[in-house]
Amino acid sequence: MSNQPHNPPKWINWILEFYCKSEVLEDLQGDLYEYYNRNLSKGPFRANLIFLIDVIKFCRLYTVRKPKILNRMTFFSLFKNYFKTSIRSLRRHKLFSIINITGLAISMSVGLLAITYLSELFSYDEFHEKKDRTYRIISDYKGITSDNTTHLASTSIFIGNKLAQDYAGYEDLVLMRRSNEKDLIKGENIVSAKWLYATESFFDVFSFNLTSGNPQTALLEPYSIVITDEIAKKLFKDKNPLDQIIEVEGNSYTVTGVVTNVPSNSHIQFDVLASMKTKEQEEAKEEDSRFLTWRSVWMNHVYLTLSVDQSPDLVQRHLDEISSIENVKNERYTINFKLQPLTEIVPGIILSNQIGPTEDNKTIYQLLTLTLIVLLSACFNYTNLSIARSLRRSKEVGIRKVVGATRTQVLIQFISESVVVAFIALIFGYGLFELIKKEFLQVVVRGIDLSLTIQWHYVLYFLTFALVIGLVAGLLPALFLSNLKAITIFGDASRLKFFKGISLRRVLIILQFSLSMAFVMGATIAYRQYNFALNFDLGFQTENILNVELKGNDPDLLYTQFKQLSEVQNLSLSGIIPGAGSTYSNRVKYKNLLDSVLIYTNHVDSAYLRLHGFKLLAGYTFPYNLKEGESAKYIIIDEKLRKKFGFENPQAAIGEVLSMSGKKGKKLEISGVIENFQYTTIQSESEPTVFFQGHASDYQFVNLKINTNDLIGLMDKLEKAWVEVDNIHPFEAYFFEESIQDVYYEYKIMFKVFAFLAFLAIVIAAMGLLGMAVFTTETRMKEISVRKVLGASQKQLIFLLSGSFLIMLLIAAFVAIPATYLLFENYVLDDYVNRVSIGLVEILPGILLIFVIGWLAISWQTIKASKTNPAEMLKKE
Amino acid sequence: MKGAHLGEFEEIVLLTIASLMEEAYSVNIVDEIAKVTGRASKLGVVHAVLTRLQDKGMITSELGEPTKERGGRRKRFFEVSQAGKLALLNSKEQRDRLWSGIPDIVFDGLR
Repeated sequence: MSNQPHNPPKWINWILEFYCKSEVLEDLQGDLYEYYNRNLSKGPFRANLIFLIDVIKFCRLYTVRKPKILNRMTFFSLFKNYFKTSIRSLRRHKLFSIINITGLAISMSVGLLAITYLSELFSYDEFHEKKDRTYRIISDYKGITSDNTTHLASTSIFIGNKLAQDYAGYEDLVLMRRSNEKDLIKGENIVSAKWLYATESFFDVFSFNLTSGNPQTALLEPYSIVITDEIAKKLFKDKNPLDQIIEVEGNSYTVTGVVTNVPSNSHIQFDVLASMKTKEQEEAKEEDSRFLTWRSVWMNHVYLTLSVDQSPDLVQRHLDEISSIENVKNERYTINFKLQPLTEIVPGIILSNQIGPTEDNKTIYQLLTLTLIVLLSACFNYTNLSIARSLRRSKEVGIRKVVGATRTQVLIQFISESVVVAFIALIFGYGLFELIKKEFLQVVVRGIDLSLTIQWHYVLYFLTFALVIGLVAGLLPALFLSNLKAITIFGDASRLKFFKGISLRRVLIILQFSLSMAFVMGATIAYRQYNFALNFDLGFQTENILNVELKGNDPDLLYTQFKQLSEVQNLSLSGIIPGAGSTYSNRVKYKNLLDSVLIYTNHVDSAYLRLHGFKLLAGYTFPYNLKEGESAKYIIIDEKLRKKFGFENPQAAIGEVLSMSGKKGKKLEISGVIENFQYTTIQSESEPTVFFQGHASDYQFVNLKINTNDLIGLMDKLEKAWVEVDNIHPFEAYFFEESIQDVYYEYKIMFKVFAFLAFLAIVIAAMGLLGMAVFTTETRMKEISVRKVLGASQKQLIFLLSGSFLIMLLIAAFVAIPATYLLFENYVLDDYVNRVSIGLVEILPGILLIFVIGWLAISWQTIKASKTNPAEMLKKE
Repeated sequence: MKGAHLGEFEEIVLLTIASLMEEAYSVNIVDEIAKVTGRASKLGVVHAVLTRLQDKGMITSELGEPTKERGGRRKRFFEVSQAGKLALLNSKEQRDRLWSGIPDIVFDGLR
């Protein structure tokens, strides 16, 4: 080794010098150097490493410089000073502070929404202990006739069993099967519950805790079930549910375990877990059960936990091997499998047949992009406005610099100002966030059950977020102001080169206004389309008709119950509610047996037509209601079907016989012809429609024509009548209009989303414009004064100053109007058969509104400028 | 000030400083402790104790000459102060009194 002593890396020294007190620094550094030299014998790398570790280890209370002791101008008191000057300057320019804070607060509320939304989504399934090595098998199904591959979250029992029997490479594997909700009966108590089948290793793979029962054996035997705490409480109150018998769909199940309630952030949701053996036994009884076949990939789920060091590739190879063998045996479809990590299910790729609610990545990206645009625009505006006003602040900077402030100090001062603004905005933004949260959950997040409740660690996210926003927004103005030289500021201020990208800023503002206009137009169109849909003439009456869901009850029983109420004027029964989105279809033939026609159908009773005010063109409604076992004899058709089959006029169709498709090919006689009506939603064309005579099992709704002033009282009476018949399922009834409103919910969402976006965009754009106006007027003050002295009137001045902005607004309008028009015409409303027409009347109010807002932002500044006394302005020259 | 009480390691450090006389600076102290007691103490620990002792007024310190192996930094030499010496004596007396109260039989066969 040479005589030249090796020195440890400089940057580590910097760390030490940064934090260490000056009293301690010298000898501590010396000590560390000595050790460093000793350690050099172990090689320079290790010496450096030990040196670094030592430096970090020495960062202790007694070595760290305490800001207070350092000297009077300590970092802390400087910061206090920055804070104080920031607050003062914010107070002095109240209006600008309010504008800045409002702008940031509004856009930050969107940011907060995104933060909570993402945090909650990413907390999904995090509670599983083996989450990092648990995978789900997902399937790609492709039929030979179809070009598209169906991506499924489900898979087959076959692949699960095959993997379990013939292959290794995993620790545990659980098979599951979805099911519909089932009613659990225990004596008097009945509850309906979300039902899942699972094999016994369920509790090995997932971290759901059993409060009683043995997790190893709970799901082993057929007809054993594990219930959640909540269900246990409902069924058994305080009794021990273990080994109790519960009746479900005529079978007796034994409770073998009680599991703690499923957390809301689990992608698997259930009230009851039944052993998979139950399903196996039931399926074994079926004659042609597909349960275990290769192609039964629609209802089952397979999850597996890999061994600790196992890579998923091995299992993937097994899966590929199995599918390559099996796919050869079947020509009509191919099925391939992939492994999906448990933590990537929510949020995840879009898959059909999910086991529970989920949210897909696409929605998240869209939301993030939108949030980013909003936030960046808001930051841009802050920057814009601050720089525009820097002409005023430059004097302050000059004084500071003359007094001795360094460039960094000025920089920090302006940055802390913007950070303070961001933090104040955070408070208001949080308030706004609470306001829009509920709406956001209802409107945007509909697939998954989120609460967006604030957890303590979110506070940290929020603060960091505000800090980042403050830094981003304040950096440019701070850099700009701190770079000013005192000499230029006090010399000739007009020579100051302000922001160079004037044209860039113009373009951005035009863009912002175009967006605002587009959003306002979108909102208007969506709102109009919504109203249009609600007021659309369906061809029958919907007023005062209350539809009660039968929920599998005997319609006759309910019918007689409801009939006793005096407020119920009339009753009928029907299979579906037309115009509200659901459709049933069938095929029907007339004489030519090859000429079958697609028809929409509804099963109704004889009172249905009159109650809904359908217009009968010929014939009559059904002469009688069907009894149990009696086969239908009549059919009622609409004008479209009449024309399709070529009956000359409605009267000619009466008495003709149509035959239904299907093996039995039922023959039905036309008893009436009605005017066309809207069977589907207004987006699509209605096919020919028929009414069938219904049996009790065909009906899903009782339609009540009611007449009352006391709706709440009537609802109570109806509910009482309902409970007489059914005390398990809740009473559910909707007015016809409500059902229709529900179908056109998407327009309402569209309206709300557009309206909110428009609001955001307008606020942001107006602020941007304001910034530009301030900038222009302030830099042209001298020119204005001279003009005024030479005799320019106020009007002329305002026009002079506002002219260029009006041109910008006009350009924005020219960009936005055709673009939005084409977008809606060709993409959004394109598929709808019935829709509002977009005309000037629809578009103008929104555009005018934006012009007014823009004009206000400009004229506020220009009028102020044109009113200033030129003597004041020019006296300093 | 916490009074004249000494912790165990504090006492060892103090004694080491006293024994090293003019050569008592941090690195030497660490080495000496390792040599005498056989325990490999860390520089960080010794440093902390030195600071604490100085706060208690048990030791005083002054800077020496810069050396090359320390990258041109000066050493900080320590010296036991009057208070420190008193504390050491006090502690020794306490122990002696306790020792003198123990009959030899207790350690029979160990010495």
